[in-house]
Amino acid sequence: MELFNLGIKSIFIDNMIFAYFLGMCSFLAVSKKVTTAIGLGAAVVFVLGITVPVNWLVQEYILKEGALSFLGPQFAEMNLEFLQFIMFIAIIAAMVQLVEMVVEKFSPALYGSLGIFLPLIAVNCAILGASLFMVQRDYTLAEASVFGVTSGIGFMLAIVALAAVREKLKYSNVPDGLKGLGITMIITGLMGIAFKSFIGIAI
Amino acid sequence: MSTETLEQPVEKAPSEAIFSKRRRKFVVDPLDDDNPVTIQVLGICSALAVTVKMEPTLIMSIAVVFVIVFANLIISLIRNFVPGRIRIIVQLGVIATLVTVVSEVLKAYNYPMFKVLGAFVGLIITNCIVMGRLEAFALGNKAWDSILDGIGSGFGYAWVILAVAFFRELFGSGSVFDFPVFEAIGLPNFPLNGLMVDSIGAFMILAIIIWVQRARNGYVEN
Repeated sequence: MELFNLGIKSIFIDNMIFAYFLGMCSFLAVSKKVTTAIGLGAAVVFVLGITVPVNWLVQEYILKEGALSFLGPQFAEMNLEFLQFIMFIAIIAAMVQLVEMVVEKFSPALYGSLGIFLPLIAVNCAILGASLFMVQRDYTLAEASVFGVTSGIGFMLAIVALAAVREKLKYSNVPDGLKGLGITMIITGLMGIAFKSFIGIAI
Repeated sequence: MSTETLEQPVEKAPSEAIFSKRRRKFVVDPLDDDNPVTIQVLGICSALAVTVKMEPTLIMSIAVVFVIVFANLIISLIRNFVPGRIRIIVQLGVIATLVTVVSEVLKAYNYPMFKVLGAFVGLIITNCIVMGRLEAFALGNKAWDSILDGIGSGFGYAWVILAVAFFRELFGSGSVFDFPVFEAIGLPNFPLNGLMVDSIGAFMILAIIIWVQRARNGYVEN
């Protein structure tokens, strides 16, 4: 039940986009069509679901203070936390590469639809951000897995909704200076206000 | 940017002034006409996340300028030794190292600020501006040009986030750099706008800045 609550919280209340602005770059750049938005969203869910638990294992068994004590007593004082950024980004880049190869091998159809988005995901703030939040909030492995997947779902929900709005926006008369990025920011703000209403939910 | 890489072999670098007209362009362009945030739409994540108050925003801008200038310099120096296939991971390695330096320095000298910025210092790694400049400029240009380009893009980013932070702190908390402005000018009951402290205020302020700037430059997105 705790995990379910965490999931609901990550999707709606602590939404990656509306509460933390993570992954804004791809959120703004790839939200012109609903179909591509779904593709990118699915890829993000996929990669987040894998990298957050993997990074949790790395943090717990390699980087944390005293985590290396299983190698022998002389490692008990070791604190490798300053390597956190490099380790996390390397794991994310490697995982993205791995996922790309696995998907290409076993599901060419899915690869065809995700194809171009997968490499882009390595530099999506949402992926690294989720891993850093996971450390900051002291999640357990189960919580980290749920947090990874549901954060991805939250991102997907946001990007698909924005893409749907932007498809309709083509037919409206927007002032020249606001065209493109400007109006998209305002829409995102308004959607953010809508998402604020979820804060009232007590879980 | 690709046009500049093509010009490179033609001109004689030693005879060129350190601040020639072409080089001044690298610094001036990203400040206004080719701004990384408002025109190129890069680095929005951190532009919004840290801008509730001026002070963390200033620290963040300094960190980003530092990372972008040195990453540009390092990549520019090693650009001829890096095979094309692994350049992304090399770039990420360089950026992650510099960000680690920034974060350790911040942790040592200003721990409360490190707590406030939290995960967002780490997120400089995935700041698209840094990656974008490395990919588009540093990989094809000489060291000094790359430094200037880094300075230009860094400050182009910095002024936008400082402007956003100024309005958000002024209207959201009624202060600038924690100095209570409205009380100082004799308006202690000035109503504060809670929306500005919230993430939504950041979207709105940035949209207005984009509108004003694009209206002034006459830039229209297709």
